Order: sequence, then structure tokens, then C-alpha cells
Amino acid sequence: MCLGIPGRVVEIFERDSIQMGKVDFGGIIKETCLAYVPETAVGDYVIVHAGFAISRLNEAEAQETLAMLQEMIALGEESGDDTA
Amino acid sequence: MTPPEADATLRYIDEFRRPELVRRLLDEIRRTVTRPWTIMEICGGQTHAFMRFGLDELLPDEVELVHGPGCPVCVTPLELIDKAIAIASRPDTIFCSFGDMLRVPGSHTDLFRVKAAGGDVRIVYSPLECLKIARENPDREVVFFAIGFETTAPGNAMLVWQAHELGVTNISMLVSHVRVPPAITAILSSPGNRVRGFLAAGHVCAIMGYWEYEPLAERFQVPIVVTGFEPVDLLRGLLMTVRQLEAGRHEVENAYGRTVSREGNRPAQELISRVFEPCDRAWRGIGVIPNSGWRLRPEFADFDAEKRFPISDIQTQESAVCISGLILQGLKKPYECPAFGTACTPAHPLGATMVSSEGTCAAYYRYGKRNRQQNARN
Ligand code: SF4
Repeated sequence: MCLGIPGRVVEIFERDSIQMGKVDFGGIIKETCLAYVPETAVGDYVIVHAGFAISRLNEAEAQETLAMLQEMIALGEESGDDTA
Repeated sequence: MTPPEADATLRYIDEFRRPELVRRLLDEIRRTVTRPWTIMEICGGQTHAFMRFGLDELLPDEVELVHGPGCPVCVTPLELIDKAIAIASRPDTIFCSFGDMLRVPGSHTDLFRVKAAGGDVRIVYSPLECLKIARENPDREVVFFAIGFETTAPGNAMLVWQAHELGVTNISMLVSHVRVPPAITAILSSPGNRVRGFLAAGHVCAIMGYWEYEPLAERFQVPIVVTGFEPVDLLRGLLMTVRQLEAGRHEVENAYGRTVSREGNRPAQELISRVFEPCDRAWRGIGVIPNSGWRLRPEFADFDAEKRFPISDIQTQESAVCISGLILQGLKKPYECPAFGTACTPAHPLGATMVSSEGTCAAYYRYGKRNRQQNARN
């Protein structure tokens, strides 16, 4: 039930005076309420749950996490202790 | 429609499923753990993901996962299901629900059968669809089954708020909202508790943040790690929990920083508290947990389906064999239930943990964990 899926905002518009948008989930485009992520711009990634964007995806943070995990692989058995 | 960009496909999903990262994290968990630990993932979506990707079978024997009560379909009281069925059976109503509630057995029938018998029961993807349906059908009553954890509350709050703002009066909600922190408190206060660490549900925290968990980690001396839903997220959350346990630490940490901040989603929190207020709530199979739910504030009483329809004298009857309450608290595993896989299957569920795709019984059944042996990892 609490499934949330990242998608890219491709259009922003207003309906009944709340901010709505169209969000692209790898080719499937769905209408989404953006009222809870008011700072969102077209091109941003948002996490969508039941037709509502609940969070704007922090892309810098995502890249940092992946870089850190990649480093953990590189360190291999020596092993960094810094996943946190 | 805008054509999708080639590189947009599954962005921020595929990267967090990469096998080499999964392997490395599993190695790291194995290297870190020295003693047995019981760790609970709260969210049914995470239970399902662990099993779908087979991750639970790759964990070292020392790490035992138990599955929490974070499946709203599972914990919605039978009484409320019966109320939903009573409302949906009325000829003057259009009853709207998320799809997974339709097959949940009530005392005598389910919403799916009400629909098959001619009831106007509609599956909605977003709560806002109900508003459209209500405006298109001004002579009928539209009722939305507003269940769910904190993740779903902003959408449901927005439905009420918009109906109020736009003066749409033929709409109401049957509300059974629940919250995670009081459930964690109940689990940790139970005398039989074995849980030593928690994976907090990432999307609940996207809304609420994780500051609420800090006093819990302190009071019960348990690590709580905010965790996402992809294999890399799940294992990273587990690794951080195991590291804390091995080091004797008990902090709230965030393993899902791309989606969750400490303070959470402020605009969502504001609308939730404008529309809902805290209340005691019964959890199916568990009982009443103080302050564990949200109900409509008195200003929005007009939108309360329980006030609008005569459904207060409903008598319910739970299955006598179902032990889903103990399963939801991490005290028993599905194969310890005598009905599991025999009298109770996804096609003929006796309890809610079998009917919901996020229910622990359904996940164990689907992924073939039929007995203790098959559940053992080596
Ligand atoms: S197997 Fe069925 S009857 Fe047994 S606990 Fe699970 S849902 Fe209840």
C-alpha cells in the first residue's frame, strides 16, 4: 500500500487551485497531484504514491549513496566502514 | 503525450537493484554480524520485497527478519470491512476503494462479491478521483474507504479539503487511518517481544520525517533505520541496523536519504493535521493501540461516512483459527498457523494477512515458505 515510485515531472498545471502535473514513469505518464512538493520544476524526479507526489527526489543524495557503495566494492575485503 | 526519454526508464530503481552492490552489502552484513539479532521491517511492502528478491534467504543465519504490522489492509478492523460492505450494498451509493480492499473477507462477504451482485463499487488509484466521480454524479452518495498509514493520509486529507473548499457535499469517507510510532511502542512493550532493531518504512518517513522515532530509540534502546524498498536500500538499512546492534548503539539513522529528510514533508503534515486528529484505534488481530490512529476533526464531521449512514449496530465475527494478530506483532510465523496453506490460501483467505499482497501470510504462501524447513536458510 505504501508503494512509492520515482518518476520525472514532464508538465505542471493547476486544477481547482491546486498544483497538478504529469509524471513519466519510464514511458507511462500519469496525472499526479504536486501540491505537497510545491518547489518542484519540470524535469525533477518525485516519489509518487496513490496519485500524490510525497517527496522530491534528492538526486545529489542518490548519486552520493551510489558512489559510496561503489567505493565499498572497490575497497573489497579491506572494507570501508562508512555505509552510514 | 510526451515521448519518454530513453534514459528515463526506471531511473532511480535499476541503480538500486544492481547485483554487485547487493552482493557487496550481503558480504558486509556477514562480516559484521557476530551474534543472533531479530530485526523487524515494519512495512508490508518491504516484507514483500525481501521475499520477492529472495534476499531473506541470502542473509546470514544470525539475522532473523520478523515482519511487522505495516500492511494497512491487514490491520483494518473486521468491523470496518463490514461497515464498508453495508454502505457499498446501498443502491444510492458509489463506493470507492483502493483495489486491495476488495477481496478482504468481512464477516459474511467481501466488496468484490457486492460488486458482482450489482453494487457500484469502484477501484480508484488516487483519492482525488472520488471528487470527480462525486461531481459527475450529484444525485448519488460517493463514499471513499480511507485506510492506510501516514503515507496515504496526505491524499485522503486533500480529498476532504478539496471537497470542503469546492462545496462538494455528496462525498464522505470511511476512515481508518493508522500510524507507525504507536505500533512500534506497542510491539516493544509486549512482554514476548524479541525485536531488537527496526527498519522504519521509508515512505511513511517521507511524509512524517523521522524525528518522532528518536525518543523511541532512546526509550527502548533499539536502533531504528529509515529504509527504502529496493534490494540495495533494504540491505543497506539492515547493514546499518546490524552495525548499531553489534556496537551497542541505538540511534535513528537514515538509509533512504534520497527520499526522506528528518523533518519530512511539511505541507503534507500541515494538511493532515488540519483535517485529521489523533485517536485510539483498533488494529485487526492486535486490539486497540492508544493514540495510534487519525480520525476526521469535528469541523469535517459532515464528511464522516459513519455519521452519514446507519451502520453503528454491526456485529462482527472473526475466524477462530486465524493467528494473524500474533504474526503482525512478529510473535509467530505463518507456518505456525494450522490453517496456513490448507484451509487458508490466497484464493480462500480466512484472515487479512493472507488476502493482501503485502500480508505476511500471502508472501510466505506465494514464495513457497510453507514450513519451518523451507524457511530455513541453509
Ligand atoms: S494463514 Fe490465514 S488463518 Fe492463518 S494466520 Fe494467516 S491469514 Fe490467518
